[in-house]
Parts: sequence; C-alpha cells; structure tokens
Amino acid sequence: MTTDPPDYLHAERGIRSWLLTSDHKRIALMFLVATLLSLALGGAFAMVLRTKLLEPGPWLIEPITYNRLFTLHGVVMVFMFMIPAIPAVFGNFMLPMMLGAKDLAFPRINLASFYVYLTGAALALWGMIHGGADTGWTFYAPYSTSSPTDVAPIALGVFVLGVSSIMTGLNFIATTHMLRRRGLRWHDMPIFVWAIYATSIIQVIATPVLGLAVSLVAIDHAFQLGIFNPALGGDPVLFEHLFWFYSHPAVYIMILPAMGVIAEVVPTFAKKHPFSYNALAYSSLGIAFVGFLTWGHHLFVAGISQFDAAVFGVMSMFVAIFSAIKVFTWIGTLYRGSITFNTPMLYFFAFVYLFAFGGMTGIAVATTSLDVHWHDTYFVIAHFHFIMIGGTLTAFLAALHYWFPKMFGRMYPERWGLVSAGLVFAGFNLTFVPQFLLGNAGMPRRYYAYPDRFHVLNVMSTLGAYLLGASLILTLVYLLISLRWGKPAPANPWGSRSFEWRSPSPPPVHNFVEPFDPRKGTYAYDEPPPDEVPAMERT
Amino acid sequence: MNELLRRLLHLPEQRSSIAIGIDTLHYTVILATMAGVTLAAAVAAVFLFRYRRSSSAIPLTPRVVAPLWLEVGVYGGLLALFCAWWVVGFRQYREIETPPPDAIPIYVTAKQWMWKFAYPAGPTSQDALVVPVGRPVKLILTSRDVIHSFYVPEFRLKQDVVPGRAEMLWFEATEAGTFDVLCTQYCGTRHSLMRAQVIALSGADYARWLDAARAPLTLPGAKGDGQGLAERGHQIAAERGCLRCHTTDGTRFIGPTWANSFGRTRHTTDGRDVLIDEAYLTESMMDPRAVIAAGFQPVMPSYQGVLTPAETSAIVEYIRSLRDVEPVRTVPPPAAPLAFPPPAGTPGGNP
Repeated sequence: MTTDPPDYLHAERGIRSWLLTSDHKRIALMFLVATLLSLALGGAFAMVLRTKLLEPGPWLIEPITYNRLFTLHGVVMVFMFMIPAIPAVFGNFMLPMMLGAKDLAFPRINLASFYVYLTGAALALWGMIHGGADTGWTFYAPYSTSSPTDVAPIALGVFVLGVSSIMTGLNFIATTHMLRRRGLRWHDMPIFVWAIYATSIIQVIATPVLGLAVSLVAIDHAFQLGIFNPALGGDPVLFEHLFWFYSHPAVYIMILPAMGVIAEVVPTFAKKHPFSYNALAYSSLGIAFVGFLTWGHHLFVAGISQFDAAVFGVMSMFVAIFSAIKVFTWIGTLYRGSITFNTPMLYFFAFVYLFAFGGMTGIAVATTSLDVHWHDTYFVIAHFHFIMIGGTLTAFLAALHYWFPKMFGRMYPERWGLVSAGLVFAGFNLTFVPQFLLGNAGMPRRYYAYPDRFHVLNVMSTLGAYLLGASLILTLVYLLISLRWGKPAPANPWGSRSFEWRSPSPPPVHNFVEPFDPRKGTYAYDEPPPDEVPAMERT
Repeated sequence: MNELLRRLLHLPEQRSSIAIGIDTLHYTVILATMAGVTLAAAVAAVFLFRYRRSSSAIPLTPRVVAPLWLEVGVYGGLLALFCAWWVVGFRQYREIETPPPDAIPIYVTAKQWMWKFAYPAGPTSQDALVVPVGRPVKLILTSRDVIHSFYVPEFRLKQDVVPGRAEMLWFEATEAGTFDVLCTQYCGTRHSLMRAQVIALSGADYARWLDAARAPLTLPGAKGDGQGLAERGHQIAAERGCLRCHTTDGTRFIGPTWANSFGRTRHTTDGRDVLIDEAYLTESMMDPRAVIAAGFQPVMPSYQGVLTPAETSAIVEYIRSLRDVEPVRTVPPPAAPLAFPPPAGTPGGNP
C-alpha cells in the first residue's frame, strides 16, 4: 500500500514463504484453513448420521458404518477442530499483538506445532480411510481394546494431536510471561489473554494423561496386555478415570478461549469497560483449576462410591459458579454502554443464551440423582452440544467476524452476517432442543436403530442439522467472497481500544509500526481515545 | 401438574417407587434453569435495546464497576441454589444406591448383545425380567465381555454393567406392565438392538409365574426329525417360555389360553373383535402390544428377532392343532400348567 513496512500477507510471496514461515499470523491462518477443513469433515459425518436417524430402522448405512462415523465425528470435531480452533487460530494471531510482542516466544516451535498437528490429523485420516475405529471418541475399554476395527491409527493420531496442543500451550504461557511489552502489567492485559493463558495451563497439565490413556488402549488393542481388561487382570474403570481426567478439563480447553472472545467482543461493541475486570480474569483461572476436580461426574453410574459421587457432585457446582460469574459480568458490561448491534454482537447474544442454557443443564446433570436417568442419553448429547456448538462454535464465528478486518484487511458484508447468524441460531435450536426431549424420553446415545416412539423428535433434529449446515456454508461463502471483494478495512473499524486494533489492518510482519502505549488501557472507554491513527496511514 | 410437566418434557411414565421424587427435582431444576436463562437473556436484550447507539459518534461511557454486594449476592445465591439441588439430589442418589434388606435378589448377566436373568430359586430367562409389583427387587449385575448399561426409562434408573465387577441396582415397580430395558453404554455393532423387557406382574401372577417357571419341562418325543410341525411348535413354545404364561388346557393364566382359540374371534381392550388366525398370531408374537386381549395386561415381550420365521409358523401350527381340547370347567390354579396337553386330534370337546 505504501512505503511503510508491508503487511504480513504481502511481505513475502510464494508457497515456501507460507510453509516455512515463523510468523505467528501466517501460522494462525494455516491453522484456520486446517481447522475449517476439519469442521467441514466432522460436519459431513454429522450430516450422514443425522440422515440415518430420519428413519428408526436400518437404512442408508450399516450399523458398523454408523458406529465408525460417530466415532470419527467425535474425534475430528474434538481433537482436530474444537481444541485448536480458537487457541491455535485466534490465540496464535492475537496473543502477541495484545501483548505488544513481535511474535510468540518460540516461533519455530509454533511452526512445528502446526506440522505435528498435520501429522496427527494425517494419522487419524489414514485410520479413517483404513476403515476407522468404532469405539466412540471416548475409547471406553474393554470394548476399545477388543474392537474388530483398527483402533491404533486413530488412537495414535489423537496422541500426536495432543502433542501439538501441548506445544501451543507452552508457547502461550512463555509468551505471556516473557514477552509482555514494557509497562504492560498483568492487570493491563486483555481478558482474552487471561483466557488463553488459563487454557494453556490445562493443555500442558491434562493432555499428557490423555496421551497415556490412548496409547495404553492402542498397546492393549495390539498386544492384548489386559491393562483395562478384567479377564486379564485389568480394570476398565481405571480407563474411565484416566480418560475423563483429561477430557473433562478438555471441555474447558474448548470453552475458555470462547469466553475470552466474548469478553473482547462485548466491551468493543458496547464501548464499555467490563463490569468487573478481575471477575472475568480470575474466573478463567478458577475454571482451569477447579475443572481438574470434577471428572468423576462422568462416572455416577459406573459404580463409584457414594463418597466420590458426593465430592465430584459438589465440585461440579463450584466450577459452574465461575461460568455464572462470566455471564453476569458480560451482561453487566452492557449497562450504560453505547451499543452497536452487528454480527459479532448477535453471536454474543446467541452465545449468552445457548451457553447459559447449556451450562445450567450441566448443573442438572451434575445433580447426582438426575444424572442417573440422563446419563448416556440424548440429554447429555444436547447438553454438551449446547456448550460446544452453542458456545464454542458461536464464539468462533464471533471471533471470525470480529477479527476478520484485522486479519485480512477486508470488511465482511454486515447484512449477510446478521442473516446467517440468525440462521445458525435457529438451526442450532431446532437441532438440539429436540435432543433434550429425546434424552428425557430415554433415548440412549450412539443408537443406530431406535424405537418408533422417538421418531418425530429425531426428524425435527435432523431438519435442524440441515439448516445449521446450510447456514454455516452460507457464512463460509460470503467470507470467502469478502476476502477478495470486501471493502478495504481501516485500522480500527470498530472503534475498539484494544491493543491489536492499534496496528494497521492487516498488520505488518512485526505487528506494530509504533509501539502502543499500554497506559491507554485496552478497555478505557471512559477516557479520550489514544492517538488512533497508526503511523502507516498517517504517511 | 405432574402429568402436564411430564408430558411437556416428554418423560416416560413413572413406574418405580423413586420416579416421582426424581421427576419433582427434575421439574424444579429445569424450570429454574429456563427461568434463569430467560431472565439473563431478557436483561441482555433490554440493555442491547436501551443502550443502543443512535449516532455515529462514539461517546465516552462511564466506568461502572460491579458493586461487591451485588456480586456476592448473585454468586452466593446461585451457589446456595446449586448446593441445595446437590443436597436433594445426593440424598436421592443414596436411596437409589442403597437397597432395602428384604429386596429379592436377581442375577443379571450382560453380554454382546443380550441380557440374561437368573433367579435364586432356579429359573432363568433371556431378555425378559419378570418382577413382582410392590416389592423391592435387587439386581446384581455383571458383564461377560465389555461394559454395558442397564437402563429402564420408566424407572428413572440406570447402572453400568462392568466386566469383572458385581454392580447393584434396586427398584420397586409400582404398577404392572412391560417396560423396555435399553443398553446405554456403547457396546459394539448391535448396541442399539441390545434390548430386553421388564415384565412387572402383580403379586399373585408373579407367584404363579415363578411356580410355572420352576416346574421341570417334560417333553415326550421331543427328538427326531420325523416330528410334525405342530409337535415342533410345542417344543419351541416350551423352550422359549411361551408356556409359562399361556396354557394349553383352557385355563386362564397370565396370557390367554391357546386351547380352542384358533379360528375364533377375540375381544380386545380397544373394543374390537379380531379373528384369531395366522396373521393375528404372528403379529402377537412379533408386536405383542399392537392388540391386547380384553382382561389381560400388556406384559408379553416381543419375539421379533428371537423366533425365526420357521419357528413362528411351527408355533402357529401348534396353536391351530389345539382345537379340540376338553375345556377345564373348574378354575383352580393349574397344578402343572406346563403339563403336556392331550395330543391333537383326540376326540371330544367343542369342535
């Protein structure tokens, strides 16, 4: 554009400059492409599953194909989309910018984490082409260690994807500690950084346990050592403990960054300092730590002791309070603001409703006696899809629209954004509200064939899934069009005070033309704006 | 109120002693959840509207910090509410987990993909668990292969069945009827078809069923390829447990008698009269709840997938052969309901 440093998209040309880049922004974009492909793959599996469920009896696919597809849907969505989606894309892009750093602490480890991710994804894909495991993404032993399908490639893929997740987390922790711009104190950091930091702690501590658990399953499947098989002296419930020790905190790996996104969107569009900065910042850490003490609520009907059930039950109530703190503070932030209602805000509104409802049904299933009826039924499916789709995917879309001008230097079409956000919300509810009722009625999860009395609700859910899928495709289409033909974006189209907007759009290779002044706070909407125009546009 | 909420939430009927209590907590939690979430979304919507920006200029906004009393009040209140639910829920959980001392023990074995039930008194059954109404029953469950889960939605009860462990589940059925047992822990290819039924019988019917089930089966001439289709049907009916509920000598038992039934019309609970023919009998075996004979409980399990078509027709042929059975005029409980009936074609009785 000008003689000033070129933006990161045009600084270098050629495929090598992308594949061998150590620029966190380019790596973030490569992660964006990879996770969107994963979302499309996992979504396609979901569409086949839902189509099968249009009919109660056998049709379309064989039971074993169905079982493989729901396993792959889970593995792809959890390990290849949800976990890296926000941290490795938006965390990667925004964390150094929000801290005023030129890059992450370990740029080459960042690039390596992308290739480790690709390796893990390739292993899992190879396993899929090879037939695919039919164990469910939960790999419960001893079924997983005796399944007739090939468990090892998928388990190994999950293991390698976990390594990538740990590398990302370590990088973020080191960056937050070491690369904050001079004068930027912890309590000056944007809330998103706190959320990503808390997520990274979970990734680093919990993921090794998952790696251990899935490798033991793969080894057990291959050599029949009997680690989890009681016929050979093992214990299947031990696997459940190991698995959920990771996989419950993993839920927070998926939702905490989403909460961080919302905590940026709300102040920006309400032009308002958060209702309570400390509440938002420390509740993320609270979730990260207390989240480690709740895994047993997945085992209420697995034969754990009454004492265990009591402890895990009450810890689950405590972890829920941190989520309540966040919802309360976001809504409080709107009070006396100056609110612009656009696509990210519509996604925020959808997020509050869906996440709050999903979270409250989490309280419901953490209530021990109620869980006995709901456990492993569609109620649980609906509950965690409310959190994962209604929460994380909604926030992912909010982030994509909110940071789109910064990342690509183009605006998206607002009207299309609002329409598709509305459709996503409608399609989502039509898909998953019937699933709550199916769970109440007693339909178990992972059911290829079901009794006729569940037919009507299943048809509704499938139609909702089609609508949800179509609106996501619509979103992708107009965003792709805007990449090229969108209106050029100014440096700070939303009038945000946050640090990343004090750089041109798209940012130069080293993120800032001039260092920003962290004393002009990231949420200081009660003070006159900092010298808004970055150097690049001034010349 | 209970009935309205139960139907709104699509919950199945409450058929165990603990179901009502659990559903009451369920209604409380779900209604509070929906009210709370709606309130939060409504406040957000009001703020979005009330504080919307009308001009393009960005005004400065005041820094409003949440007052401590508000934060402590809201979070403390919510935590107290959650903990109250936890207390009530945990008390119910303990009740579910602690069987009364006088519960009847029944041993349950799960394997891919069937349920087997063994009674201490001796009889065993497959995919049909017969229990008395109004008495606590304690299931002692184990698995032969992978983890399964024993789930009866009408009872609001579920228990994972883990290989190498003996798990426990108790319940008390409150009304006679047949309820689905569904496997809720994914267990392989035919997971969704791993179904059984709980048949709750009134005390007297249960006692008779137990007596009948204990009686040894004596089947003269059961072997040999040259046997007729009717004879083969009799043998299958005895093996599959049909004769534990249906008599062949005209006596009324848990199910209608088979004697002299073929070709007659039968009065049903929905007020129709249906002809008892091959189609009707086959449907009754495959979908027993489609048509219920008047005066009987809908307690028969389905034999879909259990009986082959050949076996089904053999049983139909056997029932057809029971045409000229001398009706038993007195109606005491049958001393041996499984006694072999007079051979088909014996003269006498109503044609």
